[in-house]
This record gives sequence, C-alpha cells and structure tokens, in this order.
Amino acid sequence: MNIGWYLTVSAIIFAIGAAGVLTRRNPLVILLCLELMLNAANLALVAFARMHGGEAGQVFALIVMVVAACEVTVGLGMIVAIHRRNLPIDVDELSQLNG
Amino acid sequence: MSQVLFFLSAIGAITAAVGVVMLRNPFYSVLALVGHLICLAALFLLLRAEFVAAAQVVVYAGAVMVLYVFVVAYVGGGEEDMLGGTALRIIGPLFALALAIELCLTMLGSALKGINTKGAPYILGFGTPRHIGKLFLTTYLFPFEVASLLLLVAAIGAVVLARRRRGLTPDDELERRIHAPRPRYTGTMAEGGGIRQELAAAQRAGLSPVETRHREGIDEGAQLAAPIAAPEQEGGW
Amino acid sequence: MSPTTWGWLVLACPLAGSAIIALGWPRWRGTSSGWIATLAILLSFVCSVGALITLLNRPLGHRELTSTLWNYAVTGGLDAKMQILVDPLSVFMILVVSGVSTLIHLYSISYMKSDKGIVRYFSYLNYFVFSMLLLVLAGNFLLLIVGWAFVGAASYLLISFWYRRTTATQAGIKAFVINVVGDVGLVLGTFFILRHTGTVDLLKTFAATPHVFHHNDGALVAGCILLLIGAFAKSAQVPLHTWLPDAMEGPTPVSALIHAATMVTAGVYLIARMHPLFEQAPAAADVGSVVGCATLLIAGTIAIVQTDIKRIIAYSTMSQIGYMIMAVSSGAYAAGLFHLMTHAFFKALLFMAAGSVIGAMAGAQSIEKMSGLRKAMPFTFACFVVGGLALSGLPPFSGWLSKDDILGYMFHRGSWYPVLGVLGYVGALLTGIYTFRLIFRVFFGEPCEEARELEHGHLAHAEVATNPANGEVEDTEIGFPGPEHVIAEREWPMKIAMGALALLALVGGFIQVPGIDDKVTEFLSTAFPHDRLAHLEPSSSSAWTGLIVGAVIAVIGILIAYRIWIKAPQIAVRMQQRLAPLHTFLLNKWYFDELIDAVVVRPVAIFGQIMQSVMERIVVGGGITGGTVGLVRASSAAVRRVQTGFLRYYAAMMVVGLFAVGLYFLVSAT
Repeated sequence: MNIGWYLTVSAIIFAIGAAGVLTRRNPLVILLCLELMLNAANLALVAFARMHGGEAGQVFALIVMVVAACEVTVGLGMIVAIHRRNLPIDVDELSQLNG
Repeated sequence: MSQVLFFLSAIGAITAAVGVVMLRNPFYSVLALVGHLICLAALFLLLRAEFVAAAQVVVYAGAVMVLYVFVVAYVGGGEEDMLGGTALRIIGPLFALALAIELCLTMLGSALKGINTKGAPYILGFGTPRHIGKLFLTTYLFPFEVASLLLLVAAIGAVVLARRRRGLTPDDELERRIHAPRPRYTGTMAEGGGIRQELAAAQRAGLSPVETRHREGIDEGAQLAAPIAAPEQEGGW
Repeated sequence: MSPTTWGWLVLACPLAGSAIIALGWPRWRGTSSGWIATLAILLSFVCSVGALITLLNRPLGHRELTSTLWNYAVTGGLDAKMQILVDPLSVFMILVVSGVSTLIHLYSISYMKSDKGIVRYFSYLNYFVFSMLLLVLAGNFLLLIVGWAFVGAASYLLISFWYRRTTATQAGIKAFVINVVGDVGLVLGTFFILRHTGTVDLLKTFAATPHVFHHNDGALVAGCILLLIGAFAKSAQVPLHTWLPDAMEGPTPVSALIHAATMVTAGVYLIARMHPLFEQAPAAADVGSVVGCATLLIAGTIAIVQTDIKRIIAYSTMSQIGYMIMAVSSGAYAAGLFHLMTHAFFKALLFMAAGSVIGAMAGAQSIEKMSGLRKAMPFTFACFVVGGLALSGLPPFSGWLSKDDILGYMFHRGSWYPVLGVLGYVGALLTGIYTFRLIFRVFFGEPCEEARELEHGHLAHAEVATNPANGEVEDTEIGFPGPEHVIAEREWPMKIAMGALALLALVGGFIQVPGIDDKVTEFLSTAFPHDRLAHLEPSSSSAWTGLIVGAVIAVIGILIAYRIWIKAPQIAVRMQQRLAPLHTFLLNKWYFDELIDAVVVRPVAIFGQIMQSVMERIVVGGGITGGTVGLVRASSAAVRRVQTGFLRYYAAMMVVGLFAVGLYFLVSAT
C-alpha cells in the first residue's frame, strides 16, 4: 500500500482521539483518547520512516511510547488521588481553577 | 495479501478507536484500546517496523494497559451520562472532523514525493532490534538516556501523587490523642484563646475563675472514651 | 575704601542684623532685639554716608561703579551676576532708606515694647530694609527683581504681623496678590527688553538701548508699560492701589516705613532708574504721567471723607506718590526724587505722630472719637503740625520746595504737560484741605475723654482689647498687639526719632532752593547723563513764580479747612447731607474694590468652580481616569471569562488553535 493510506488512517485516528477528548467527561476515558492520539502520531512517524528508508522515525516512535507511558502513570496517579479525596471523577465538576 | 491485511488492520484500528470514544463503560473503553493497539501493531509490521510493533504489544498493550485496568478497577467511574454535558458534545466532533479533513489535505496535497510510493528501498534488517538498538546506543544516545530519566521522574511523581497522606483521611487513634484534654495554660494559642472564651462564659454564668478550673476537671479516663470536638475558633489550628 | 565696598557693607549690616535676631530669638529679653536692629541699620546708614563721601571724591564722569561678588548664571544668552551698581541715584536712595529706617527702628523700640512678638518684628523689619537696599543697589535686572520680590514678602509679613486678626491676614493677602500682579509685569517687561538687548546688566542695557530700539519701538513700549504695571502695583497707583489702605492693618511704624517712606517709592525708583528706556519710548512714559496725575486726584478726593486716621495718611501717601510718578515719568527726575526724600521725612513723621495719638486713644483709630488732644499731647501736636505744613506745601517747609519743583517743571515742559501741572495744583489744594481737616478734628475742639484723662496725667487704657477695624474682641497674647499703649511724650526714643524727622521736614528742603543751590540736581545729574529732558531746567524766575503760586494754594486750602472744621462745623454736616451720593461714592473709595471684585475676583472664582465641578470631577475624574479604569475592568472581565476551569474547553481551544495554525500553513503554501 502506498504510504498515503497509512497517513490517512493516522489522521482519522487522531481526529477520533481529539473528538473523544472534547466529548467525554470521565478523566480516565479522556486519557485513553489521549493515548489514541499518541498512537496515531506513532503510526505517522513509522510510515514516514518507511518512506524515507531511515529508522529515525521508528526510534522517535519508541521515545513517544516511553513518554506516553510516563504521562499515563502520572495522570492515573492524579486520578487515584482525586478518588482518594472522595471528589467526583468528572472533569466538568472539577473546575475550581477558574478566574 | 498485504493489502488485505492492511485494510483489516486499518478498519480494526478505526473501529476500536470509535469504540474507545463511544463506549460508556470505561472498562470497555480500555479493552477497546487494547484491541486498537494490537491492530496498530499489525500496521507497524506492514511498515517493516518489527521492533516497534513488538514494543507496542509488550510495553503498551502489555504493561500500560494493564496499569489502566488496575486503575479503572480501583476508581471505577461507572456508566457515564453521555446525554448530559455542554454544547461541546456536538461541537467537539465537528472540530475533530474539520481537523481530520485538514490533516488529510495537508499530508496528501503536499508535494511529498514518497507519498504515492510503497516506500524507499531498504536494506535488510531495517526495523530489526539490532538496527534499532545500534541507533539507540550511538546516534540517539542522548534521547535514550533522557527517556530513562523521564521514566524515573514519572515513577517518583506517581508515588508522590498517589501516596496516602496522614491526616487527609480521618484517623481515629490520632484524633483521640490530639483532642485529649491537657493541663491548663499549656499547649497551643488556640487553646489559650479557648480559655478566654471559657472564662468569659463562666463569668457570665456567675462563677469565679477558680471554680471553673476545678469544675472542668481533668478526667482522662472518662474523656478518652468520647473524643471531644475541637472548639471552633477564629484562625484555629 | 571704594564706594562699592561701602555698598556691600550697606547690604551686609541689615542682613546680619536680621539673621542674628532671628537665630537667637529665645535669648533676646525685653527690647534688646530692637536695639540690635537699630544698631544694624545705623551702621548701614554710616556706610551709606561713607559711600556718599567716597563717591563725591571721584571726578564727575566717573561716578558709576559696579562690583560683582560672583557669577550667578553666566551662560549663553544670560549674564546674571551678583552685582551692585553704586551711582548717585542709588547712593541717594540708600541714604534716604537707611536714614529714615534708623529713626523708625528707634521709634519702634518704644512702640512695640509690650508686644510678645517683638523679636519677630525686628527681624522682619531688618529683613525689609535689607531687601529695599538690595533693590536700589541692584546692578542688573535679576537682582532688582529679587529685591522687588523680597520687599513684597517683607511687606506681607509685616502687614499680617498681628496674625491672629483676620482683618490683618486678609489685608496681607490682598497686598501680596496685587504685588504679584506687579511682579509679573516687572518680569515680563524685563524679558521683553532682554530679548532685544541680550543682557540683564543695567548699564549695558542702557548703553544698548538707543541702538537696539528705535524711537517708540513697539516692543520697548510694551516692555516699559509692563514695567510700569510693576511700578504701579508697588507704589499703589490706580488701578492697583486697593491694597494700600488695607495695609494699615500693620503696626504704625510698619506703615511709616514701608507704606510711606520706602517700599511704595520703589516704583518711583524703578522709573527713574529705567529712564533711558522710557526716554526711548515716550508713549509709555506718558502713560505713567497720566496715571500718576489721576491717582493724585483720586486719592486726594477720597482722603477728604475718610475717618480712620491711618487711612487718611495712607491716601495722602498715595496722592504724593502720584506726584512723584508723574514727575519721573515726565522727565523731572531730580524733582521727583527730591520730593521722594522730603516726603519720606514728613510722611514718616506724620505716621509716628499718628501712632502716638492712637496710643493716647488706647488703640482706637477713628477720628470721630478724637478731639481736643492739643493740650494733652503738645509734642505730638507740634510734630503733627510740622508734618502737616510740610505736606501741604507751606513755606519754608521742605514739602513746599519739592512739590512745587515738580509742578514748575510740568509747566516748563511744554505741549500738554501744563494740564498735568494745573491738576497738580488742584491736588495741592485738596492736600491742604484734608491734612488740616485731620489736624483740626483731632487736636482742636472740645477735649474728648481720653484727652481729659491725659491732661490729668493718666494714660487711657482699654479694658477689653478690640480690633479697631471691626470691633472684634481680642486678647493681648502673641499675634495681637501688646497690652501697653505708648505716647511720644513719655518715651524718649520716640521723641528723638520724631524730633529728628521734624527738623528734617523743616530744613530738608533747603538743599534745593531754585536760584540759590541745586544740590540734588547736581548730585543726580551724573546719573542721568544723556537725557534731553534732565537738562530742561526752569529758569529761576519761573520756578519762583511756581513756588509762590503753590504757597498761595496751600494757604487757601488750610483756610478752607479752618472755615469748615473750626469756625462753622455745621457746614461739613450740611455738605455731607446735601452731597450724600458724592459722599458715599468717595467714602467707598470710588468703588474700586467692588469693581475689581466684579471684574477679576468673581470671574476667577466662578471659573475655578466650573473647572472643579466640570473638568475635574466629570471630565478628568469621571471620564479620563474613571473611563480608563472602567475600560480596563471591563476588558479584564471579558478576558477572565476564558478561564472557565473546564478541562474540555481548554482542550477544545487547543484543537481549534491547532486547526487554525494548520490552515494558515496550508493556505500560505498554495
């Protein structure tokens, strides 16, 4: 398949992830959608690596995976902390940082 | 053959993604994401990125998603009310759609020469762990090390965020010890402030200061049984 | 020692006196501060005499000397130095000023001896003398303006000396504000002239005037008229004269010194000093002559109906200074300055005698309460009569010689000046009338109660101290006059001062008798070297004609006063009834105060109120600052609404932003 197909798939998955971030209220699901977007970016990177014939894209994709893992860790830690304080797990309720 | 596999994986990935977004139970969303990750691994294989595909399955689907499953089990979240919420429900997908179209236009309409090809010619061993490993330890050593540092920081951060802190949850033993009555005129300013209130109240009731002291005697045994609530004061503890 | 060294010493003595008295104020007990002050001025007078002698030792063409202490502001376009000019004119002035000041200081020692603020008084008085001497000795415009301003400040300080009296403080403010108007005129006039001549040095300016300005040059006329405004304000000429009668709120010696002998003559000195400018701009000089003449008539008519003893003498001062201004504006410099000198003598004498009378009347100043003080106060009566005769211009007193010197010159000058001369004689008639009205009413007739008590040797004492102007009750602590009242008969310093002045009023005129000696003109002639006008000397015979006419007019005036106020007092009453509107008009001082109030004070006050309520509150407060504040508040409130706290809004904005950036790059790539 042409590289273009892979890129299209990547774009679609990215958009789906963005829609999920904007739509869902449960922070856990929002984090999942964030994962979707990261994966879409990974796909694009690997596709471009194949296009150019260099492995830099793949290396970058691995680093992105590491970063995603860290981010998930911290995000989930925060959600656990919120749950500990008996606050509602709903981003619309957690809006005290306003001005 | 590869085209069939491509379409299967692509459709699987997209369906799973839609499932992540639209399923109401967060647990199902997590499972959908796992499916999505495996389809993506298949796509990586088609792109000759073997190590990345393996890492995706082992690390991402294997470790990160398991972490997710644990947290979802602990926190829960239950069924979410999809019909509620703000106008973002409608505008969000619209924006996302616009974004998708734009991205497609950008990428496909660009003058990138390689888009329409199957890829550049590659040497044997492209995408194997050997090559990737070599790159990591030579050209990309710095990002490699930084990434490991980042992992360390994230781990510590997670521990700090989620640790159990004393006093945030009511600790009965601690409460009792704190609120046990102490000898008069010792302790904190709050207690001293409380003295003035007590004396004033006693005077109003017509008792002398000496009597009040004796009246509210120190009886540890009786009072340890029922913890006394801390007196409400301005600017207390 | 050179004249300029004496000149610096003349300046240094009163300044040192003022500083010593002021800095040591807790220590001076009783009247010791007064003796120190008098000594300082006496030393200054001695140094003035020294300057005179050394100046006379110099040959005729070399009598204009300058001396610079240091360069004050010598830069591009300005050459201001600390510089004095010692020439016959300034030496003449410092002699008069320091001489009369010495005698007035001596008088003040007794007059103010029970006043709690006596130390402050003598410090101020010395400071005043210093400023006046600085004014007349100044060698450039800058120092002249400095002296001018200092004199105004000293006048304010001394008018409102009894500061707990609201009438006194209001009078002080009025004097100061009108003087500031004059100061503005002086400074602007200086600037007008400076722009063209390029120098503030007096001698250099005079040398450059004929070359830089042509005859009646517009800029020069404007500059000279502005200088005249300064002179009019300081010398209390119409229309800037309304402060002088109110200035009588100050202690009597202050009135004698500042508002009779010295400060009010500063305007006369200014015109005389700037004579090269005025000669090159005769239009401005004519303005001066006309205003001087108008003032002497207006003041004379007002003085006839006044009832406060000090105000009568104040209007008399205004009138006599009108003569002087008329004289120096028309070119009769020597005559005008001669009259300045003699006027200083007899006017200071009159004020001193008036102070003695007020002391006898326990602080009352209205002549309606006074009568028949002749037997009780013989010395004061004699002094008053001597002063009055000199003022009216009776031979052989000094006033006769000086006033008729001026009027004789007027007739000699030709063109339309004789009109001013005739009006001057009318003014002389009025002078005789009001002066002797005063003398006859106060000293003749049935003795009033205070006079009778004094005849028995008992000085009247008011139980409750009151403000003579409005009858308000006051005490005798600091800020008010002291408890004791003094009369000349009992105080030897007052007797010496008044006696000396009476002698001078009698014989002081003999230095300039036409045909016999011309000391003043001679002496001053070198200060006016190139004047076409100064050499216009009337011949002896025409001068004597003028003198005889003047004497006759003075006698007529005295006789009229005698008839009205001694022989048939009911004439005065009947005239007052029949000419009631005229009487009211004159009593209200020709309504000048009301005019100035309506034309100047009210509009300014209304303007201020409008500015405050409209501009300040609405435009600036509400519109500009309030509007800015409101704008900032509104915009920040609008911006604040972005921070909703909802995570998804932030995410949405990120997506939108990403979309926009991508769109931009997409579009710009095509």
